[in-house]
Amino acid sequence: MHDTSVQAAHHAPPTSFIRKHIFSQDHKVIGKQYYALALFAAIVGMFLSWLMRIHLAWNNAAIPGLQLLSSSGAPGGVMTPEYYLQLMTMHGTIMVFFVLTTAPFAAFGNFFLPIQVGAEDMPFPRFNMMSFWVTFVAFLVLMASFFVGDGPTLGGWTQYAPLNSIGAVGGPGQGTGVVLWAISIALFCVGQLLGSLNFIPTTLDLRVKGMSLMRLPLSAWAWFITSCMGLTAFAVLMPACILVILDHVAGTSFFVASNLVLNDQVLPHSGGSTLLWQHLFWFFGHPEVYIAIVPGIGIVSHVLITNMRRPMLSARVLIYSMGALAVLSYMVYGHHMFVSGMNPFSSLAFSFPTLVITIPSTVVVLIWTFSLYGSKLRINSASLFALGFISMFVSGGVSGFFLAQPSIDIMLHATYFVVGHFHLVMGVAAMFGIFAGTYFWFPKMAGRMMNETLGKLHFWLSFVGAYCIFMPFHYLGMAGNIRRYSTFTDDFLQPLIPVHRFITVAALITGAAQLVFLYNLIHSRYWGKPAPDNPWEATSLEWSTATPPPFDNFGGKHPVVYHDPYQYGVESSVGDYLMQTSPEQVKTEHDEK
Amino acid sequence: MAKLFSITIVLIAIFSAIPILRHTWVAPEDISTHGALIDEQMSETMAEAGISFLAAQFILALFIWKFSNRGPDAKIKSFPGGAKGLVIAALLVVGVEVMALGVFGVKAWANVYLDAPSANAMPIQVQAGQFAFYFRYPGPDGKFGGLRPELINEGSQNIFGLDPEHDVDARDDIVAAEMAIPVNKEVHLLMHAKDVGHSFFVRELRVQQDFVPGLDVSLHFTATKVGKYEIVCTQLCGLGHYNMKAYLEVMSQQDFDNWLKQQAGQ
Ligand code: HEM
Ligand SMILES: [Cu+2]
Ligand SMILES: [Cu+2]
Repeated sequence: MHDTSVQAAHHAPPTSFIRKHIFSQDHKVIGKQYYALALFAAIVGMFLSWLMRIHLAWNNAAIPGLQLLSSSGAPGGVMTPEYYLQLMTMHGTIMVFFVLTTAPFAAFGNFFLPIQVGAEDMPFPRFNMMSFWVTFVAFLVLMASFFVGDGPTLGGWTQYAPLNSIGAVGGPGQGTGVVLWAISIALFCVGQLLGSLNFIPTTLDLRVKGMSLMRLPLSAWAWFITSCMGLTAFAVLMPACILVILDHVAGTSFFVASNLVLNDQVLPHSGGSTLLWQHLFWFFGHPEVYIAIVPGIGIVSHVLITNMRRPMLSARVLIYSMGALAVLSYMVYGHHMFVSGMNPFSSLAFSFPTLVITIPSTVVVLIWTFSLYGSKLRINSASLFALGFISMFVSGGVSGFFLAQPSIDIMLHATYFVVGHFHLVMGVAAMFGIFAGTYFWFPKMAGRMMNETLGKLHFWLSFVGAYCIFMPFHYLGMAGNIRRYSTFTDDFLQPLIPVHRFITVAALITGAAQLVFLYNLIHSRYWGKPAPDNPWEATSLEWSTATPPPFDNFGGKHPVVYHDPYQYGVESSVGDYLMQTSPEQVKTEHDEK
Repeated sequence: MAKLFSITIVLIAIFSAIPILRHTWVAPEDISTHGALIDEQMSETMAEAGISFLAAQFILALFIWKFSNRGPDAKIKSFPGGAKGLVIAALLVVGVEVMALGVFGVKAWANVYLDAPSANAMPIQVQAGQFAFYFRYPGPDGKFGGLRPELINEGSQNIFGLDPEHDVDARDDIVAAEMAIPVNKEVHLLMHAKDVGHSFFVRELRVQQDFVPGLDVSLHFTATKVGKYEIVCTQLCGLGHYNMKAYLEVMSQQDFDNWLKQQAGQ
């Protein structure tokens, strides 16, 4: 489209090791750096979930070595209830921010968005580099809170006010722990804002000749829509975190009401609003859920089409649905606050858009499922994870029906039902999107193939395992087991303990299964079979260049695009597909435009 | 491998549905006048969500079974009706389904949250603080004394910060660490938090409501069954959160009057 501005992204390849691999401005290196960060964060996050699960199943059991992590939090290796909450907070924060936002969006998006639009790089490579390094520092700051006096904050990933604002009087981790949490998240927001500022002009301005918006692959659309969400959502969370920091260190009271009493002392704060934090947080927090899942929708669509050997029933409808999800995601944020004490009429007002959002979600699922009809589906690790994503997305999605209704939320709010719901839909489904993307794009990123047998083994263990972990969470919630409790003292919860044990065993096995993936990733990176340029017989631009792509992506050439991205099921000189760059004209048998 | 995948999805769907159909794990019995509507809403949602869940998984399994690894000669076909048909179907089926749920749900919600408590509802003030609930009854004069946060002192048991010396209304106020209410009598809770956010959840009563520091929140309900029930805090409120609970005793009017006298005597 805008052939001239392609030049804007041009910069000379670096020569020094540091410029090439560490402070690199190459979007591909930055993408890999993000991936590595997400991988490391996921390992830490999963390890924490193991500790939590073991504690939940065997309350007073000593976990050998845990006292090394925190001697006061786990004397003799037995986790204290408050240490449980600290680990839970870190688990949630790490997973949501440093795994689910970085891997599907920042990692894959950085690597592939410029290539899919045919650009040589992002328009602001220096910002792009900063985006990663700021995120990296944010992660270090968060991890640092493990090592400060009273440990990480225990307020949960939502950090509700005023507990987050009153300082050390609030209990363990409410001093330095909260400040580090807030600094980390504020930095994280800066990193993602810098990223979004690059993604949007890349999509709008750097497309090559012939690449109209409707010819963008669905993954590129997903990253574009996500970056628009990121721009608005992170721009709200960042100032909110700064206000928390101010409440802590400067004695302001944005989130602390007057006349609160702790330890028989009236707090010096006055005039703030508790609910203000919830509004600010969820105005970010709900779009964040879609920031985690929309790239997954794009990736899964892209992977699925390639493996179905036919276009989706309608790519256009998928794009509109993703757009609708993005817009609606802001209008529904109040459904996290049905019983929060806001006006009960507002709860109803937020309930309706929440119910409406099931429509575009359903449309997406229907388009995927019914596109399988009459296709020539290839089964491989990538497509298995993509299909698994659909199944999980449905399972996690239907529980949204319940939570969307304030009257039912009275019973389910703050129970394990919610934990089951969000783990399936944004935890596991999004993870499956990441895995599908990894198995699919690894050859392009690393220049080698991954091992398919190990990939399938990884899939089976993860798919069955994830259901075994997260389905029972719904039952616990319906029975009234509330979350964020590390013990079950009430009689009626005793029969639930076997369920907790079952979940824990499943979590240990499923977690261990991720080692198969890790091994496959590392082994294939160095010793895998060398990958051809287009191993999946795919059509979009990333497959039209060398493997791995040269520094400027297309070796000095500017590709020209002639087709929509999914010309499958056609007859052409190369087989049943036609590259976007191929000038060949072929009549398609179907007319799904 | 594709067939195995289809079978797995179907099995997972069926196994997931069994505990629901057998009611293995369900909420404790409802003891409130407003809870029936909520429970009904819950079952209806379960039916609709359950059918959507099973249908989606089965169709996915079926298509994967039939259309994977087909030979090179197999023909690509499109689902009759295409995307347009699906979008219209989704709009109609899902749209009507969720809107119906939403509209009926309003009734259940309105019952508790939009209707005002009746004039003769019994007022009880609840104060949540790290990590306990306290309950205050207005005493024989029917009036609550004013609150003075600076007077709160747990050591001398002035939990609410009352000032009986200067405040006549406060003199007969009754403060208790457990909550007792008469059966079949509407109760009007006046809720406030002393320090941070907490929440009031009684499963059997079908009541859950956050305490918001700096805000007075109110709630009303009628309990229909005598018994002892647990009140839990569901809002992460600090290190003792897991231990923050109290008991609700629903009593006959007679027992309640005695209980109140006994509390007043202390
Ligand atoms: C290995 C798989 C995982 C297991 C076994 C697991 C387990 C848990 C458990 C037991 C809790 C505490 C629930 C509570 O008491 O409220 C929790 C919380 C949470 N998990 Fe996971 N989790 C896993 C993966 C993930 C993933 C992939 C995500 C990414 C979305 C995630 C996000 C969260 C969040 C946001 C919370 C809430 C933390 C909070 O309340 O502050 N988890 N998880
Ligand atoms: Cu509490
Ligand atoms: Cu609490």
